[in-house]
Amino acid sequence: MSSAEALAKQLAGQRLREQIFKSSTLAAAVLVLLLLGGVTVSLLHGAWPAFSRFKLAFITQDVWNPVTDRYGALSAIYGTLVTSVLAMIFALPVSFGIAVFLTELAPAWLKRPVGIAIELLAAIPSIIFGIWGLFVLAPLLQEHVEPWVDGHLGALPLVGALFQGAPYGIGMLTAGIVLAIMIIPFISAVMRDVFETVPDVLKESGYGLGATTWEVIWKVAVPYSRAGIIGGTMLGLGRALGETMAVTFVIGNAHAISPSLLAPATTISAAIANEFTEATSPLYKSSLIGLGVLLFVITVTVIGAARLMLLRLGRRAFGSA
Amino acid sequence: MSRRTYRRMVNLLALGLSAAATAVGLLFLGAVLWTLVKEGVTGLSLAVFTQTTPPPGSTSGGLLNAIYGSAIITALGILFGAPIGILAGTYLAEYGRQSAVSSVIRFVNDVLLSAPSIIVGLFVYELVVVPMGKFSAISGAIALAIIAMPVIVRTTEDMLNLVPRGMKDASTAMGAYPWRTITSIAYPAARSGMVTGLLLAVARISGETAPLLFTALNNQFWSTSLKEPIANLPVVIFQFALSPYDNWQRLAWTGALLITFAILILSILARTVVSKLGAGSRSR
Repeated sequence: MSSAEALAKQLAGQRLREQIFKSSTLAAAVLVLLLLGGVTVSLLHGAWPAFSRFKLAFITQDVWNPVTDRYGALSAIYGTLVTSVLAMIFALPVSFGIAVFLTELAPAWLKRPVGIAIELLAAIPSIIFGIWGLFVLAPLLQEHVEPWVDGHLGALPLVGALFQGAPYGIGMLTAGIVLAIMIIPFISAVMRDVFETVPDVLKESGYGLGATTWEVIWKVAVPYSRAGIIGGTMLGLGRALGETMAVTFVIGNAHAISPSLLAPATTISAAIANEFTEATSPLYKSSLIGLGVLLFVITVTVIGAARLMLLRLGRRAFGSA
Repeated sequence: MSRRTYRRMVNLLALGLSAAATAVGLLFLGAVLWTLVKEGVTGLSLAVFTQTTPPPGSTSGGLLNAIYGSAIITALGILFGAPIGILAGTYLAEYGRQSAVSSVIRFVNDVLLSAPSIIVGLFVYELVVVPMGKFSAISGAIALAIIAMPVIVRTTEDMLNLVPRGMKDASTAMGAYPWRTITSIAYPAARSGMVTGLLLAVARISGETAPLLFTALNNQFWSTSLKEPIANLPVVIFQFALSPYDNWQRLAWTGALLITFAILILSILARTVVSKLGAGSRSR
């Protein structure tokens, strides 16, 4: 075999390997796309019996009765939204404070360890927050916080109904607090990252005009990074909406719509986690998968919108978790 | 009070509150870890690692089958998820860097990264458990692989993007095909970052509970079969913590302690690998 032939043969081999490698990377990338499509199709397929049976009543009714085999998701939707909104109310100011502390206030030697510690909070599994919430936080709230809330805030006009009721310890308030703890690391990480993109020259202009640190943050850094802050917040909201195990422990699992934040309730994800393996009738199972479809639609919308906002800020610099 | 004093007071108050917010965050981390140590250490003994999960009320028993099961399905999850994730990340960073398809895939991957894990559980239930007719270890591993994949796609792409263009160009100039440049130049240069991605993926899936509830389920007995339900730490913790039995609750706390510290150590390890690399601090 001449050396020219050998060379041609080697080149052909190289080209073949190139083809194989390139197409396998493409196939893997396309698989990511197919995954989202596959999830959508398979969930819709599983939920079809429930959807076709109850139609719109599935989301407008709050009856959830395995005995009569009638299912409406309204109470679970309500619990999901209320706990998530509560979590945002608690988590937003704290996350903002942490981001401000880490970017503007902390001395250099403290920045990294504190930043890592906050990030570790995000690494703790959901189920750990669940048992901690049930065995530590819930009794604490039951004995010390909820009686006070009931006694003082419950007497207020108009909003009083939100705070009345027996202190069970478990319920929407407890779930909201546990969720807040879990999403604080995500929101503060994004906020910190966007604050760090504020050009120094802008901040220095503020200081040059005699502004205080707080004024520079509030009037220069925050307006500059508004889109990032909103994006990070929505990312946190997406997490809170879909969080499962922690909520399952502390929500009380009652398919009921109660005006009081102290009352037990359920969320979409908690209902699925609790009831799926016990669901005996096909319609029951299908209804639980239907809950999954609702959760999927809600979270993908929120997370998608958040990602789009962050995307516009320059490619994927933020909140990788 | 003069305007100036007022502004300084507001400044002090706001900064004080932000320091307090950080303290609150750290306090929660401390409180959770403290509870785990306090409740978990008492149950820690050799039996935890040598005996299987006990019946209610028994005085002996451990978590051996759960630890083994968790290790198996986590390892399989990474084994399934890593090759696909690395290849997809390679496509995004190298072959399809600018293409429109890539931006769609990137976006979808970012959405999958934050999507609720219980949805993945339902998906794998429909996809694997229903056709197989029963819960199984393998379906749990597939669910974990689907959760690990987006993490690995993301870190692989980020790390490959950090490899200097010039290095790849030099290889191309020597006549190497892209696959040769990627496997012989880009992968070695990005190795520690990619290892970090894998470690983070392990940390992420080893505590996942929700997707295992309808896939791997749980098994009270010692089982190594991939076609049968398998015991695993998260689901054991879930069932034991909510049980009324003292010995089960104690084991739940011990399991929680083990799993949390394993994950924290993994996360810290992942960060030290990155900081040694110097770059890539953005990809937590």
